[in-house]
Amino acid sequence: MLKIKDLAVNVGAKEILKGLNLNVNAGEIHAIMGPNGAGKSTLSHVLSGKSGYDVTGGSITYNEKDLLEMPAEIRAREGVFLAFQYPVEIAGVTNVYLLKAALNAIRKHKGLSEVDAMDFLTLVKSKTKALDMDEKFLYRAVNEGFSGGEKKRNEILQMAMLEPQLCILDETDSGLDIDALRIVADGVNALRSENRAFIMVTHYQRLLDYIKPDFVHVLADGKIIKSGGAELALELEEKGYGWLEQA
Amino acid sequence: MSANNDEINNLLNQDYKQGFVTDIQADTFPVGLNEEVIAKLSKVKNEPEFMLEYRLKAFRHWQTMPSPDWAQLNIDPIDYQEISYYSAPKSKENAPKSLDDIDPEILDAYKKLGIPLAEQEQLAGIAVDAVFDSVSVATTFKHKLQEVGVIFCPISEAIREYPELIKQYLSSVVPVGDNFFAALNSAVFTDGSFVYIPKGVRCPMELSTYFRINASNTGQFERTLIIADEGSYVSYLEGCSAPQRDENQLHAAVVELVTLKEARIKYSTVQNWYPGDKEGKGGIYNFVTKRADCRGDNSKVSWTQVETGSAITWKYPSCVLTGDNSVGEFYSVAVTNNLQQADTGTKMIHIGKNTKSTIISKGISAGKAQNTYRGLVKVLKSAENARNYTQCDSLLVGDKCGAHTFPYVEVKQPTAQIEHEATTSKISEDQLFFCQQRGLSPEDAVSMIVNGFCKQVFKELPMEFAVEAQALLGLSLEGSVG
Repeated sequence: MLKIKDLAVNVGAKEILKGLNLNVNAGEIHAIMGPNGAGKSTLSHVLSGKSGYDVTGGSITYNEKDLLEMPAEIRAREGVFLAFQYPVEIAGVTNVYLLKAALNAIRKHKGLSEVDAMDFLTLVKSKTKALDMDEKFLYRAVNEGFSGGEKKRNEILQMAMLEPQLCILDETDSGLDIDALRIVADGVNALRSENRAFIMVTHYQRLLDYIKPDFVHVLADGKIIKSGGAELALELEEKGYGWLEQA
Repeated sequence: MSANNDEINNLLNQDYKQGFVTDIQADTFPVGLNEEVIAKLSKVKNEPEFMLEYRLKAFRHWQTMPSPDWAQLNIDPIDYQEISYYSAPKSKENAPKSLDDIDPEILDAYKKLGIPLAEQEQLAGIAVDAVFDSVSVATTFKHKLQEVGVIFCPISEAIREYPELIKQYLSSVVPVGDNFFAALNSAVFTDGSFVYIPKGVRCPMELSTYFRINASNTGQFERTLIIADEGSYVSYLEGCSAPQRDENQLHAAVVELVTLKEARIKYSTVQNWYPGDKEGKGGIYNFVTKRADCRGDNSKVSWTQVETGSAITWKYPSCVLTGDNSVGEFYSVAVTNNLQQADTGTKMIHIGKNTKSTIISKGISAGKAQNTYRGLVKVLKSAENARNYTQCDSLLVGDKCGAHTFPYVEVKQPTAQIEHEATTSKISEDQLFFCQQRGLSPEDAVSMIVNGFCKQVFKELPMEFAVEAQALLGLSLEGSVG
């Protein structure tokens, strides 16, 4: 589904990614771990099409298409979803309005008709319930006055509604208490399917206790320096990153 | 709601769509202004003697007044001798007797604007007065309104048919010498709408006036007077547009509202005069004096305005809260893009006891535009327990535009409660990226964020207007992203 080859990315004059390789197949969950400043967030942003990043080399192929050629909204409509580390607030725009606008933009891209209002409402209510969210959240302005945990849950709600193929979770566990983490993890697990892949960017093993990855990669100094199975995360938890970077 | 978004999307890809010119035969005065021109104007309009005196008095006063320069606006000097003060579509006789007598080109022009004048098409149940350049060309539903005693007609007709009402109320809210543009308007106004709602009548339909400037080098000076007698209610809508021309055109209107005891007027405006091109060439100078006098106890006036057009807007719809317990409201969205300038706001003058006013102003600037809110809340000694709430928010799109806020508060009564809140925010790159990451195009994202910002005001608009306003927002912010 996703093939990242020799990806090199600068921010300004600074090299952040220096030849990163990663293959992700449908149905897989990949965890990207690594020390601060290794380029984890840069990877999430470059995949989702945020501006301000200068791709100096390499390629990203997504479903046999050149991902880097697509503007951010086309990537989203093609099924790339980024769950933000810091979800933004939008005053006066209700959650339900955003969800419907987004869903319809994606449906239109796929050549489908706009979602029927009643069907939409039924759908959104069931997803909200599954995430243990109060329906009132739907009618509040996007993330306005939400707690950290509520914002992250809201990201997962959007993910559940938009049914992306490639989900990128950027430090989704940061700022979550253990109960919120469990709810978010349950939400993600419920979305696991053989057609969908996940890339989870995280600092800590903690999230991986709840969402079991198929692969764990260590990103350091702009490259993936080690890959392994779920057990690699445990090893990292125990030893830190130092032993890998020195190797 | 997503249907709206589609609509906005379509609109985003258009230029100023009301910019067409209608090719009709017109009687237009040569440019220039003096007492003779005013006498000729009064004569063409077949006015009674008192009106000529009124006009000349205003003109003489205007000549003594300097053009105001206190607003946060850059205005090239206007040569008032280079403007024609009267232009009327030529018709077979003096005035059109029915829609059949109206030049089909004009009917077509209104059709293009989405304003069907033919009554059989009036499914929306809105009575329309259409003002084309200097004259009112059609007023629909007049007879149906007359059945309940509502008078809705061109003001030139009211001057002839209802001189007593005119003498009593004209300039009773905005005195002839109130300000430079009001004095000019009083001297040369050509048409506009007149509304009288009798005691206890709830006007059975929305009343609407649609103003269009067609002729070049012509100023439009319209005058609107609405009187809501005791216990009555009316909702009035005003729309405007003009062809795309390279030179600036002047629009100096005066609107006066009077509410007697327990009467209510809801006045909504969607102003979409031609704003000029991206380099700031052309566009309408919109200098408007709008004021309401809540003369009777327990009366109420709401101004709702969506201002997206004009090169320059200078406009402060105000309420004089004379009656005890009277209420004034002002809800405004002002959008400026490219090189547009707006200096707009309101005045709330509290005179009566327990008077209440609310001001919600949303200013949006994009491109290199400048947007100014200027407001005055004045509480006189007599206004015990007066209350005001002001909320004034500015939204910036891009980093070359400006937002300015000048709230003035004058309180002479210690029991008054005045609240003022103001915010300035920017559409951040993070917000835009977030919306794009959910599949929305940058244009849809901006229009969604802006609509969210304006929500408090849009919900005050009548339904059809709210849709138009949303669409206009998308249109006027076209090209403001990236």
